[in-house]
Amino acid sequence: MLIRKPHAICPSEITPPDLFRRRREWIKAAGAGAAALGLSAGLPGAAQAQRIRLFGVRKSPLSIDEKQTPYEAVTTYNNFYEFGTDKSDPAEYAGRLKTQPWTVTVEGEIKRPKVYDIEELMKLAPLEERVYRMRCVEGWSMVIPWAGFSLSELIRRVEPTANAKYVEFTTLADPRQMPGLRSSVLDWPYVEGLRLDEAQHPLTLLCMGVYGEMLPNQNGAPVRLVVPWKYGFKSGKSLVRIRFQEKEPQTAWMRSSPSEYGFYSNVNPEVDHPRWSQATERRLGEITKRKTLMFNGYGDQVASLYAGMDLKKFI
Amino acid sequence: MDSATTRAGPGAPGAGAPAATQGGRPLAARLRAPGPAAIKAVKAVAFALALLPLIRLVLGFQFDRLGANPIELITRSTGTWTLTFLLTTLAVTPLRQLTGCHWLLRLRRMFGLFAFFYVCLHFTTYIWLDQFFDWAAIWKDILKRRFIWIGFAAFVMLLPLAATSFNAAIRWLGGPGWRRLHRLVYAIAICGVIHYWWLVKKDITQPVIYGSVLAALLAFRVVHAWRNRSRAQG
Repeated sequence: MLIRKPHAICPSEITPPDLFRRRREWIKAAGAGAAALGLSAGLPGAAQAQRIRLFGVRKSPLSIDEKQTPYEAVTTYNNFYEFGTDKSDPAEYAGRLKTQPWTVTVEGEIKRPKVYDIEELMKLAPLEERVYRMRCVEGWSMVIPWAGFSLSELIRRVEPTANAKYVEFTTLADPRQMPGLRSSVLDWPYVEGLRLDEAQHPLTLLCMGVYGEMLPNQNGAPVRLVVPWKYGFKSGKSLVRIRFQEKEPQTAWMRSSPSEYGFYSNVNPEVDHPRWSQATERRLGEITKRKTLMFNGYGDQVASLYAGMDLKKFI
Repeated sequence: MDSATTRAGPGAPGAGAPAATQGGRPLAARLRAPGPAAIKAVKAVAFALALLPLIRLVLGFQFDRLGANPIELITRSTGTWTLTFLLTTLAVTPLRQLTGCHWLLRLRRMFGLFAFFYVCLHFTTYIWLDQFFDWAAIWKDILKRRFIWIGFAAFVMLLPLAATSFNAAIRWLGGPGWRRLHRLVYAIAICGVIHYWWLVKKDITQPVIYGSVLAALLAFRVVHAWRNRSRAQG
């Protein structure tokens, strides 16, 4: 199915999902279960439709050495409100999301605006495995082996102008594919943002995979952001637009609850969310809570971005 | 106990009629005044059903079927079952008055005590599994977070009701005193729903459902009391 490449996967060589599904159909018709081919891992529901291995993913020195959260938990316990507000909704309903063809529009204050095809985007730079902590604003955390490359690789190529101070990320909002959009819990589409220097930081990952495979839909296929020193909601999923601009973007959570969410949303054990403490967190799979680390443990790398800022004010 | 529950409720006539001939009575009459054995059986079935949520949690925990965050699920489940039993308790009086099935009253204490049982599990989960007996953090939480203090207040108010839920307590306190004390259940249910409302991050569908049921049950009492009063005056 895939040809090994020294550095990067060549997406044109991935069997298109349509074909792949038809293949499963005639396998079923022939009376052989898909499991016999080792294609499924026994997860329930439609969302496990296909698991496609990524080859040539390199290890990264930016990875942490902590026990990884099991694949099952990473792919069944998700906040992705476009598919519903229950943690189990995304795994249940994201199966119908069509991730090919897919384009990401890169625009705004840049010299080379461009509509990237997902296949081209995946080839832009070698994929790296980045094992990061993921801390949700709700007080739980995971350790996840993502695959992707630094967003700076893309930023470098599109050449931001002097006016580019912020980057806005917009998620797909298609009511035909996303049943959660019927509910008005948030003002769709989901929008997130970073300051340009945050977006350029090497830790900020443009992510296409997890556990050495292409992202499952419920985790934000085909491409998402991962910003490990900020609360999880800053890492937008299923991105369709990246815009460079001079003004600070209005994020979806700031618009819906301005008193609860700020633009920066750095993990900070000293600043509580109005409704719950952020001092501790439950690493999924552990019984007792652990202390939450400043910048989710990435302080050495990112604290300098906020030198001179009062982080109790800029939440 | 509910001051509005008098024998003069709608549908009451005939409901309390002695069951002279058990065999040949029509179904409606038998439903309204079942024999002692039937009531006992209904109680036993209700008791077993009320234990199912607990059994599900115990088995789920044992066989690792509670998802990626079992402690959150246990906390949520024991909380929503507490609310469900509180609302069931509050539904007894309106149901009696609407159907004339006054024997339902004999299930109410059990429902109330199951609400207390599940809130104890809820509270224990919070103290033990969630906070791991970190009393300083718990105290800070209660003072600082409004959804926790209102939930805690509801729990504390439920304690005297559970402690006076046996017959001797009614005799000690006297009927009217006991009823006055047990009217706290309205405040407890309201605080419980607000507790749920304040804790959800964004999607308030579930709290709205519990809140609407509670509002309907309370509205029934207001209307009923108002009708009784105007009837007494007229």
